[in-house]
Amino acid sequence: MKIHEYQAKELLRKYGVPVPDGKVAYSPDEAETIADNLGGGTVVVKAQIHAGGRGKGGGVKIANNTAEARSLADEIIGMNLVTHQTGPEGKKVNQVLVEQGVDIDRELYAGIVLDRAVGRNAFMVSTEGGVEIETVAAETPQKILKEWIDPAVGFRPFQATRLAYGLGLEGSQIKSAVKFFLTLYKAYEETDASLAEINPLVVTNQGDVLALDAKINFDDNALYRHKDIQEYRDLSEEAASEVEASKYGLNYIKLDGNVGCMVNGAGLAMSTMDIIKLSGGEPANFLDVGGAASAKTVKQGFKIILQDQNVKAVLINIFGGIVRCDRVAQGIIDALSDLDLDVPVVVRLEGTNAAEAVELLENSSLEFSVAKSLEDAAEKSVAVAA
Amino acid sequence: MSILVNKDTRLIVQGITGSEGAFHASQMIEYGTNVVAGVTPGKGGQEHNGIPVYNSVREAKEQHDANTSVIFVPPPFAADAIMEAAEAELNLVVCITEGIPVKDMVTVKRYLEEKPTRLVGPNCPGVITPGEAKIGIMPGFIHEPGRVGIISRSGTLTYEAVHQLTNFGYGQSTAIGIGGDPIIGSTFIDLLELFGQDDGTDAVVLIGEIGGSAEEDAAQWVTKTNFNKPIVAFIAGQTAPPGKRMGHAGAIISGGQGTAEDKMEALRGAGITVCDSPATIGEHVDEVL
Repeated sequence: MKIHEYQAKELLRKYGVPVPDGKVAYSPDEAETIADNLGGGTVVVKAQIHAGGRGKGGGVKIANNTAEARSLADEIIGMNLVTHQTGPEGKKVNQVLVEQGVDIDRELYAGIVLDRAVGRNAFMVSTEGGVEIETVAAETPQKILKEWIDPAVGFRPFQATRLAYGLGLEGSQIKSAVKFFLTLYKAYEETDASLAEINPLVVTNQGDVLALDAKINFDDNALYRHKDIQEYRDLSEEAASEVEASKYGLNYIKLDGNVGCMVNGAGLAMSTMDIIKLSGGEPANFLDVGGAASAKTVKQGFKIILQDQNVKAVLINIFGGIVRCDRVAQGIIDALSDLDLDVPVVVRLEGTNAAEAVELLENSSLEFSVAKSLEDAAEKSVAVAA
Repeated sequence: MSILVNKDTRLIVQGITGSEGAFHASQMIEYGTNVVAGVTPGKGGQEHNGIPVYNSVREAKEQHDANTSVIFVPPPFAADAIMEAAEAELNLVVCITEGIPVKDMVTVKRYLEEKPTRLVGPNCPGVITPGEAKIGIMPGFIHEPGRVGIISRSGTLTYEAVHQLTNFGYGQSTAIGIGGDPIIGSTFIDLLELFGQDDGTDAVVLIGEIGGSAEEDAAQWVTKTNFNKPIVAFIAGQTAPPGKRMGHAGAIISGGQGTAEDKMEALRGAGITVCDSPATIGEHVDEVL
């Protein structure tokens, strides 16, 4: 799960990680009050959306006084912000973070992420702040310092100290940075975060170490034990169709093609998309209906797929295991009898009782195209969608 | 021959009194798997489908000389169940549970470093040696005894591959679903090593997907060790958009890492036969054998 920068900073503040003073505003009035409370001097007005690249897209502006803060908030709230992460359609900005301006001496990077290869968290820092860490990793990997965390003893102060010296910090900055790193890790660990990224991490002219930006993602599997973090979820940042699918326990992701697909199992669902592409078409979605593939899930799946106006054909690909194909076939027939369907449907059922299932489909009054193999299914659905 | 499980496997089902555990315990028994005991804390002394239930893994192991366990315990308690099985020093633990928090698995992985136990999964269909033992939720009947090994991050896609192999007349020595989570117990490399030593395996099918670097690591290992058997690979997710989790917790392209393209290129570089289409897995196995 993703959250906004202002929420991440709120969370970090609770853990004692230094962040600039500031608050979220939903209107120009609120922005004005916050700027005033911050002393009436220079503030930064930052668009709050779940995507990076906000500065380049025009969503982060500096105000020299309270009046400017108000007019910038007026300009940014409600704007459609397009960044390299939002896609060309952009995202509507519903709120801004109004934050105290900071005199920056150095811009650094700090991040924590799971290193899947070793099954441990890695704490990374770099002198190249403000740049995407992927770019640094590709071009100057030697500028990224890493410490792996042994879960038996946790992130140790000596490791944090080594990172601080590695960044070329000196004097009292070392102590500030070590405290920053240790509290950041504590926040990451205790909240079941899956990513914490402070980019840039800044050293101010006064020698303070601060999180100028903050991005925290959470492990969806662990949300059940963090009711407070669940409250941070902003549904307006997620695709409506994906939110609706998740209510029915379906895994749906919208794509740009015109062949809708409904598959049981994530791996088979991905490969069904792949073979549609190989057959010359474009998949309209990823949809995993899960192992059971009952009449109810099939019906919900159809409703969600058909909300997408681009869909010109639907491919159902089910490999029946414990779930018998004839039951799935009956589910498909029941679901389709209730829906007013105006796109062609190609069905491919394989596995337990597949022959009986094909017979059921062919004898029903509904129009199905029954495919013999995965390849046949892809070719047929691409042909009817064209 | 086979790897990991066979007719000598003596299986404990952890979570046998839950609906999933109970259903699949019966399915495994029906297949011929030697299920010797079940474990559900608080239900010790009961019987489930004729199988005695114990309060702890240690007790079940001592009473029945069990060597393997399969876990159907809900996500909040699954990590503890794995560690309990490892503490009892079983040889193999297969964890089916989907949705275990990553932090719990970091702890599990660390705990297992000091134990003799091998973990397969979590979030996987399990392990089957056709005709001998089925440890998991896969449909047993689609498998045939034979000489092709399968290692896969996916469930139903593995069944698809098995089905294609059957159509070409090839059975399986052992088929293993290693799981779709970011942290898993056994990797492609761990199991390739076992298949390499298995006299009953002539070729290996490797089914990967986007996310992480397990396939790239396997490719490097194959080159380094001069792996002695042909491998046919398929990577799911060639059309997956970056930044989106494709069903499995571990199937995500992040920061440009973990794309299908990179994985396919690495595997080809190691001399592995890579299928562009999921429909040609059987065909390619037929070619290399």
